Amino acid sequence: MATLVYLHATENIGKGSLELVTYARKIDSDVTVFVTGEAPNASLETLGAYGAKEIIVNRVLSVSNNQQVCAWLAQHAANYSTILFSHDFNGRSIAPRLSVRIKAGLISGAVSLPETNGAIKVNVFSGKAFGFVKCLTETRIISLLPNSIAPELIGGTCTVREVNEQPSTQGTIAVLEVKKPEGAIPLPEAELVVSAGRGLKGPENWGMVEDLAEALGAATACSRPVADIGWRPHHEHVGQTGVAIRPNLYIAIGISGAIQHLAGVNGSKVIVVVNTDAEAPFFKAADYGVIGDAFEVVPKLTEAVKKFKAQA
Amino acid sequence: MKILVCISKAPDTTSKIAFTNNNTSFDENGVQYIVNPYDEWYALVRALEIKESIGAEVTIITVGTSNDEAIMRKALAIGADNAIRIDAEPTDAYFVALQLAEFAKLNAYDLILTGKETINFNGSQIGGMLAECLDSPYVSVASKLEVEGKNIRVEREITGGIEVLQVSLPAVVSCAKGMAEQRIPNMRGIMAARTKPLEVRPALPVDALTSFSSYASPATKSAVKIIDANALDTLVALLHNEAKVI
Repeated sequence: MATLVYLHATENIGKGSLELVTYARKIDSDVTVFVTGEAPNASLETLGAYGAKEIIVNRVLSVSNNQQVCAWLAQHAANYSTILFSHDFNGRSIAPRLSVRIKAGLISGAVSLPETNGAIKVNVFSGKAFGFVKCLTETRIISLLPNSIAPELIGGTCTVREVNEQPSTQGTIAVLEVKKPEGAIPLPEAELVVSAGRGLKGPENWGMVEDLAEALGAATACSRPVADIGWRPHHEHVGQTGVAIRPNLYIAIGISGAIQHLAGVNGSKVIVVVNTDAEAPFFKAADYGVIGDAFEVVPKLTEAVKKFKAQA
Repeated sequence: MKILVCISKAPDTTSKIAFTNNNTSFDENGVQYIVNPYDEWYALVRALEIKESIGAEVTIITVGTSNDEAIMRKALAIGADNAIRIDAEPTDAYFVALQLAEFAKLNAYDLILTGKETINFNGSQIGGMLAECLDSPYVSVASKLEVEGKNIRVEREITGGIEVLQVSLPAVVSCAKGMAEQRIPNMRGIMAARTKPLEVRPALPVDALTSFSSYASPATKSAVKIIDANALDTLVALLHNEAKVI
């Protein structure tokens, strides 16, 4: 039976949205995408090439009012056997509500397509293990972790239909303002991340980390002690109690690799570790290692990246 | 005001994660349980800060067995006024949320706080499920919370920014880093916690909607390739040609 994908799309369609539509299409080719947000119809139409059949866009709802978005989706849920969210800030607020509202099991943090027995692999123990979850209801809700499936262009077109349904709710949520940080790439969706720890000795030395990140087009991150001392902002802290990330490339500079830090970055496809201490535990979790002083290695690595980019 | 803080047990962050019974259950051998850090450091401490600034009664609640009373005493030692345990072995998030909702409905809480997720299941499900059961507004993964009369002002991280929201009470909020700082209970708190009320209530019969069939440990990485610190062009070439990530 058909699959419903919920997307919140502002401006352009991001990679995460293409991942969701690809995942949905692999479950069932009959994919309808329910959208909130300002993204123009022309960008929404590009989802057809990834397998979407129909787009239903509701521009009167605010994504922050999860009560309303949930009520809207619930009105249509009966036509679908799988309902798909991203396990991002919006999916985390709407999917659990919908699970209760339509009494359908929620499998959150999925990292791959359903197995032949129907169980779905999810991230548990903050990246230290995987679980296989079965849904016990006929309709299942899945929230997918970013970077879990590669978007597949298959060609095809879709229709876009605008609706204005606005279910009434008890209680109110109003958006007062949105603060945008200065030009940084948001960590949870970054494909490349450069991260540093206490090995850098002080906040004044972060310039070289930022230079490397800029050369790569990467986001910057840090370890917990660095955020706690106040060298870097809290939103950059990756690890078990900070942000968990799953980029394609994670470069860790001057981070020893405590188990709590590894938990937040285990999902990275490739890990590069730069550390003066050859015995640092992080080397055991790394794909590539450089034993050396960050103050010498990082500027040289930045030069090497720039040289490579200039040739490419 | 009345605040309910939902807490859960979680294995200590340094625990070795392993599985038994043919990989169908978590190996608790040698595992020390703690209050889930998001529930304790952020949800509970923020509730106590609100109590200290404008006055509030702070109740903690968990769904669990008598083994969980140690973590409840810890939450009481940090400063919660009273504790409720719904006596059941949790089966899934839906089961837990319905138990919490049943109790919350009886007591008209103004504000219900949870952690953003547990560090063992990472589901981020309880807050939203509870809010839906109570037909209340919900804010997930909040990093700031101020009470302003009959509303709260909440900040939450969104893709590429921070959103500031005004939400009517009663409401449910899941709490993340930034909300408050961890507190270590002092001796007076620990002594006081021994005599604070801890009520045990029977669970409702609720059928779970999901079930974990098995677990797996991540595939072990092949040995690290050490690159000479003077041959970083080689590293860049490997990242491009071999790892294909740049």
